[in-house]
Amino acid sequence: MLIALLRTYVGPYRWQVLAVCLFQLIQTMASLYLPGLNADIIDDGVAKGDISHIWHVGFLMVGVTVLQVLCNIVAVYLGARIAMAVGRDLRAGVFDKVQSFGSREMSSFGAPTLITRSTNDVQQIQLLLFMGLTMLVAAPITAIGGLFMALRQDVELSGIFLIVLPVLLVSLGLIIWRMRPLFRLMQKRIDLLNQIMREQITGVRVVRAFVREESEAERFAEANELNRQVAVGAGRLMALFFPLLMGIMNLSIVLVLWWGAMRIGSGDLQIGQLTAFQQYLIQTLMAVMMGTFMFMLWPRSEVSAERITEVLDTEPVIEMFPDVPAVELVTGNVEVKEASFSYPGAEQSVVSGVSLVARPGETTAIVGSTGSGKTTVLGLVTRLFDVTAGQVLIDGQDVRDLRPADVWRAIGLVPQKALLFSGTVASNLRFGKADATDEELWSALRIAQAEDFVRALPEGLGAPVSQGGSNFSGGQRQRLAIARAIVKQPKIFLFDDSFSALDYATDARLRHALAEVTAAASVIIVAQRISTIRQADRIVVLDEGHVAGTGTHDELMADCEIYRQIVLSQLSAKEAQ
Amino acid sequence: MSFHGGAQQGAKALNFKATFGRVFRLLLLDRVMVFSLLAFGVVGVTLSVIGPKILGHATDLIFNGFVSSRFPETMTKAEAVASLKAGGQDQLATMVSSMDLNPGHGIDTGALAMVLAIVTVLYLVSSLFMWLQGVLATTVVQRMVANLRNDVEAQLNELPLSYLDSQERGEIMSRTTNDLDNVAQSLQQTLSQMITSLLTVVGTLAMMLWISPLLTVIAIVTIPVALLITAAVMKRSQPQFVAQWGQTGRLNAHIEESFTGHEVVKVFGNQKATAEEFAETNEALFGAAFKAQFISGVIGPVMMFISNLNYVLVAVVGGVRVASGSLSLGEVQAFIQYSRQFTQPLTQIASMVNLLQSGMASAERVFGFIDEPHQSPDRADAKRPDPLRGRVVFDDVDFSYTGEPLIEHLSLVAEPGQTVAIVGPTGAGKTTLTNLLLRFYELDGGKITLDGVDIAEMKRGELRDAFGVVLQDTWLFSGTIRENIAYGADEPTEEQILDAAKAASVDHFVRTLPAGYDTVIDDEGGGVSAGQRQLLTIARAFLADPAILILDEATSSVDTRTEALVQTAMNNLRSGRTSFVVAHRLSTIRDADLIVVMEAGQIMEQGTHDELIAANGAYQRLYSAQFAEPVE
Repeated sequence: MLIALLRTYVGPYRWQVLAVCLFQLIQTMASLYLPGLNADIIDDGVAKGDISHIWHVGFLMVGVTVLQVLCNIVAVYLGARIAMAVGRDLRAGVFDKVQSFGSREMSSFGAPTLITRSTNDVQQIQLLLFMGLTMLVAAPITAIGGLFMALRQDVELSGIFLIVLPVLLVSLGLIIWRMRPLFRLMQKRIDLLNQIMREQITGVRVVRAFVREESEAERFAEANELNRQVAVGAGRLMALFFPLLMGIMNLSIVLVLWWGAMRIGSGDLQIGQLTAFQQYLIQTLMAVMMGTFMFMLWPRSEVSAERITEVLDTEPVIEMFPDVPAVELVTGNVEVKEASFSYPGAEQSVVSGVSLVARPGETTAIVGSTGSGKTTVLGLVTRLFDVTAGQVLIDGQDVRDLRPADVWRAIGLVPQKALLFSGTVASNLRFGKADATDEELWSALRIAQAEDFVRALPEGLGAPVSQGGSNFSGGQRQRLAIARAIVKQPKIFLFDDSFSALDYATDARLRHALAEVTAAASVIIVAQRISTIRQADRIVVLDEGHVAGTGTHDELMADCEIYRQIVLSQLSAKEAQ
Repeated sequence: MSFHGGAQQGAKALNFKATFGRVFRLLLLDRVMVFSLLAFGVVGVTLSVIGPKILGHATDLIFNGFVSSRFPETMTKAEAVASLKAGGQDQLATMVSSMDLNPGHGIDTGALAMVLAIVTVLYLVSSLFMWLQGVLATTVVQRMVANLRNDVEAQLNELPLSYLDSQERGEIMSRTTNDLDNVAQSLQQTLSQMITSLLTVVGTLAMMLWISPLLTVIAIVTIPVALLITAAVMKRSQPQFVAQWGQTGRLNAHIEESFTGHEVVKVFGNQKATAEEFAETNEALFGAAFKAQFISGVIGPVMMFISNLNYVLVAVVGGVRVASGSLSLGEVQAFIQYSRQFTQPLTQIASMVNLLQSGMASAERVFGFIDEPHQSPDRADAKRPDPLRGRVVFDDVDFSYTGEPLIEHLSLVAEPGQTVAIVGPTGAGKTTLTNLLLRFYELDGGKITLDGVDIAEMKRGELRDAFGVVLQDTWLFSGTIRENIAYGADEPTEEQILDAAKAASVDHFVRTLPAGYDTVIDDEGGGVSAGQRQLLTIARAFLADPAILILDEATSSVDTRTEALVQTAMNNLRSGRTSFVVAHRLSTIRDADLIVVMEAGQIMEQGTHDELIAANGAYQRLYSAQFAEPVE
């Protein structure tokens, strides 16, 4: 998965990657050349008493060092550039993909995980690539080069690699192998610990009201102790890592000296070669160690790659740009005919056989218990979902034969969650009509009963809105979201439980004021409060995805039991008349 | 052994010294362990630092043997030197004359074996001690962090709610979770290494000076150069990192917004603008990230360059010195190894300082949380109402929050068994009343009595034991349904739990779940609807079997038809108990014994439903507003 993803996204940069490898190769070779030159100093300079030779080789070494650092810096430059560019491309890939998703794909993933996938997961891969191109690429080159140079010094002595390398690999492997489950366990324990902490903070009132502080502290202490134990276990294993590594390296040097001394004694080796050999051995072992880091980084990146690929491979059910002519929906006649929707593989459909009509200048209301499918019906009209049976017509045309963008242009949606975007009040209001004048904005605010509080803000329309609109109260957000829809001047208004955070008086005033802009538009209102919808031209009662009744308040009171139950749970029998 | 690309380390402790001192004192609680880990570190480092010097002897033995074997056995050292001079090899003669020459003999394998055996033991023991040191360090750090966590937990239970309410939730959570994790990680990674690195620097420096002061000067001259370069690079990369994290934050915020607002973006036709903004931010992040990573990535090669330069200098100058006989080859070998060892711990310390900085910044935030003033302690001579009947009196109560009066001159009497409903617009102070009643907040004036006892003179625990609470926010902890209901009482029996569940009309629903009462739920929900969660919290209150009940918007998130179901349960719960019901929907409280209408912290009216409707005042207005004529 990771490899396939990298192949696709690193592909455009393949020449740059090749250049990185080349520079890393030169850089590594230069590094490896130094001990050889040092050997030269000892064997042909020191041992022969030739000081000018020492200086001569010394200057050569400086030259090699400069070459090495230059190549290294270029490699880092290119490596950083490629890694960050691939990160950028991946983010753009995921973002574009998600933008093409419909509500069905959005809800099957969920926004939080999509956010993590386009940020943290991409970052993980970017990190792997950066580490890989700037440091890890050099590891195998160094290991092989070191081995090669060592062989050049003395083939027989190189037998030591046969002993040391397996020992090093096996011990590193053992530690990493034992560490991974420990780290996973530790992550679990920490998550649990943090979860308890979070629960106590969000539930502090309940904890205190039920005088549960002590038992909560005990629960926490228990989780804390479990976490400490596994953390100590992992820490102890980690503590073994460096001493073991140092031990292996140091002992291999001792071994080299002993064996090398024998070789020198028999005249097969020169003393300078021996010192060079030591350097090569250390460089090779260090490179092997670096390589093993890759193994620690790889699994996490692999998981990230899987999560990213999953998004990239998802094809949205609703095509964003179908090959049909653009149309303008001028009237806003909505007709839902026997519409059903169910998730693939689900046992029961969310809604089935729902029919309703909404005509310009009329209000159609949808009521029903939580989970009865009210929002889904609105989703079918907006084409955030497509029906699995039946059809949805706007101005007589099946919405599936239209471009989604054309459908959306006709609709003013006020979603259940009154979500605002960071920016200003004005930028939020202009969300659906970028060229709206300030007068239009104020008029929309006035209708939405939001004029007073916006006027009271020192910056007025220019007042900042923070992410999600968190600097406004729930009621204010709802009114701004309503104003946003009004500014768009749509043919069809969809209010999804949009008055719930308003007090009854404001609710009533707002609906009164709305009349002037909805005179020529169809209105579909989903609501909980009977008072909000009792005057609607048409009320559709939903129960578990089915239509339990359609009619006016009086008609439904007379012949729809479920509607009566809903009404009587809010009003007295007398008020209901 | 972890990779830190200089990232995430933007934060710095405001008062590094004080925070570090405090962390250190906390570590010192394990005095014996801390001292033994220091001792182990000293021994381990010393042994490993001595190693190369002794290995230098081995090289000398080999070199001696190598040179000696070039002369016939019959020659003395003086003759050998003379023969070299005669051959015009003055340089070589000087060197040889300073050597321990034994002409004609090869390498002294006995002596070599001895030296190597000593070094082997030295290294083994050193590794052993280093490992022990690491083990102790981990033990000390983890114990300290566990204690710190328990302190935070204890503090959480001692903080006044006013503090918790005034802070952002996310901020508190991040202090009590992320920051604690960061303290643990940074200490775990730095403590042991910091000690060994520092010791290694000192030990290596000593050994280098011992071998050759001249070479030491050469080797050390490059250090400040390296440090200067690193500092310069760091200084240049700092703003780049700031830019990188700034852009990352911007981009993440934009992504979050676009994804959570997906439907709105689409339906309002804003996709193009959103995509453009994304592309712009994404490109800006690329620029900043690339610069930051490159500049900080240069440190590695530059340090390596300096280390290599060092190596060359030492090799050359050392070679010359050996040739002139003032140093042995083994000593130069040892020196090269030392000078390489010397820069490594220095770079390590540099990177660890970064890590430590961010750890201390987190520690500072954790300490800040721990040091927040506690709520006033319970009085030693606390009183308790006996018998507990449930008569609650608010007597001229005043309360203000952050300087703003929320409740003014409020008086109210709830007789045992009565239901008191509190209604009014948002911000009228309804929920504040329950906060005061449970002593989540303390009064500024007047008093509240429970059966004649001032609640300020009671222990908080005993006061709250008298209450059962169902809050608007249906908090359940992750655990089974059984555990969540059982939360209401101390070790209730299975029968009590089932009775409570039945009374709250939740028994049937629970039994439809695959795992029944053992179904695990969490704070996010998980197959349990909002209404069902509310029923569970009502069951919890049932189990508590309190004298007084507080229902604070207990059914606000339930649709009215479901609410009617819950209402039966609530009526069961209310019977025979004093109840305070805060409600938004007036339909639910019509039969209350007393309806209190609040506005702006004051009681506008009180009475029964019929009385208040007849009075034609605030309640009547509120009531009719709920049923105002909609407009077409």
